[in-house]
Amino acid sequence: MADQEPDFDIIVVGCGCAGAVAAYTAAQAGKSVLVVERGEYSGAKNMTGGRIYSHALKKVFPDFEKEAPVERKVTHERIAMMDPTANMTVDFTSDKLSQEGKDSYTVLRAPFDQWLSSKAEDAGAEIINGIAVEQLIKDDAGRVVGIKAGEDEITASVVIVAEGANNLLTERCLGAKRPTPDEMAVGIKEVFQLPSDQIEQRFLCPKGEGAAMLFVGDCTHGRTGGGFLYTNKDSISLGLVATISQIEKADNPTPIYQMLDDFKHHPAVAPIIDGAKLVEHSGHLVPEGGYNMVPQLVYDGCLVAGDAGMLCMNLGYQVRGMDFAVESGRIAGEVACKAIDAKDTSATGLASYKTQLEQGFVLSDLKTFSAWPETMLDWKRMFTEYPKAVEGIFNAMFVVDGQNQKHLKERIKPIIKEMGTWKTLKEVRGALKAL
Amino acid sequence: MSDINPITVNVDAAIALNKYNVDEENAHIELVDNPDDEEFKKLVRLCPAGLYKIDKDGNKTFDYAGCLECGTCRIACESTILKKWDNPQPGMGVEYRFG
Repeated sequence: MADQEPDFDIIVVGCGCAGAVAAYTAAQAGKSVLVVERGEYSGAKNMTGGRIYSHALKKVFPDFEKEAPVERKVTHERIAMMDPTANMTVDFTSDKLSQEGKDSYTVLRAPFDQWLSSKAEDAGAEIINGIAVEQLIKDDAGRVVGIKAGEDEITASVVIVAEGANNLLTERCLGAKRPTPDEMAVGIKEVFQLPSDQIEQRFLCPKGEGAAMLFVGDCTHGRTGGGFLYTNKDSISLGLVATISQIEKADNPTPIYQMLDDFKHHPAVAPIIDGAKLVEHSGHLVPEGGYNMVPQLVYDGCLVAGDAGMLCMNLGYQVRGMDFAVESGRIAGEVACKAIDAKDTSATGLASYKTQLEQGFVLSDLKTFSAWPETMLDWKRMFTEYPKAVEGIFNAMFVVDGQNQKHLKERIKPIIKEMGTWKTLKEVRGALKAL
Repeated sequence: MSDINPITVNVDAAIALNKYNVDEENAHIELVDNPDDEEFKKLVRLCPAGLYKIDKDGNKTFDYAGCLECGTCRIACESTILKKWDNPQPGMGVEYRFG
């Protein structure tokens, strides 16, 4: 097989953010590209919270926000701490959130990925939909030389694996370690239709703009994870992401789908979706282990990009994945082209993929925050006692019952004392160090 | 199933809103015979589609038809009570219209 001319220069597995951008980049550079996507259309198997930060996509499509089916520009960031009987929300808006290159957009993956896929196709990539790649084909020396999908074996000089977070090929054919239940989270989401003017009224946003919201606390019944809410054009994405090891535990009495329903009925959430029509219920894996769970990304004849490479980051207040996917896809496409031109598509010839990820934000950011996933997993009180203390403090400020009041300090002191002043300071210091 | 609280949500009605092409011939996920109770309960807690169930008589059931293909059960139990987790056959499985 090694002596034969391969069927394609590049085969891309998966047509999500990473795969479509890799395919587009390589096709633009004049390479023959085949994309094999298991969904009947690109995006059919994909799900995001979600929002994409624009910076990485702008390098590939400078005016994407004008033509891509993005939902809303996010100009309001909200963070909420939720106790079973209370909720405190911080709402932040700033002109910086709107500035070109710093802006972000909510998206729904079925329409968004079909647009990305059409860009790759227009650039000359061939896209096969509806078939999953079952296997990567290797030669006797262990070098990846192609794929097996259905009855077909197709060869290429470079295979870019962008199969997503449930990375069967990366594990089964490339030997990556299966992520542990501590490193992976389960994501569950529902989409609710609501007229666009009602979304703007409910979220106090200008026309066409929207809000991103993250919740911590009772949304996951006090377990490591959080709730999210994103406003789309005429729908709302609402869901939870929670660490698998914390949900599967014998002491957790609530299945994740029941947690989502409880979250929807929380007095701070129920009015948001009141009267909105549920149209889809979805689930997805979310890599949360950060830098330490990133598998080998470069092989002889093969690169791994996007979620398949666990390139995803949850800092609690900031969640990123699609910009990492786009950037890694672009770099994978460029590096594959250069390696083919240089006639060396071995791991050595493709090594600059890893170097460029390390020099750029993808692996650099993941590395900067490498201690955070474990810190978050150990910070159990963040999901229980902190929201409760916040409730106590704000009740002390706002509840007036006609009794003679004490100074605020006197009212708050017992709450802080119950939290353990030193313990709390130590935890916050540890978290700040990791963040 | 005393260690899992009563369920008040009808998750079957929620996933019924999704579009699926159900492969009646091939199960893309298979459990081992007589799966361990504790391992199975992990999947009851984890599956976002609520496909792993234990009824009031203690019988364990699993129906791959409503699978969201997320892979969560694979991360939790591929080394224990799942003997197969493959992507569905061509054209089969969930088809997100929103995602």
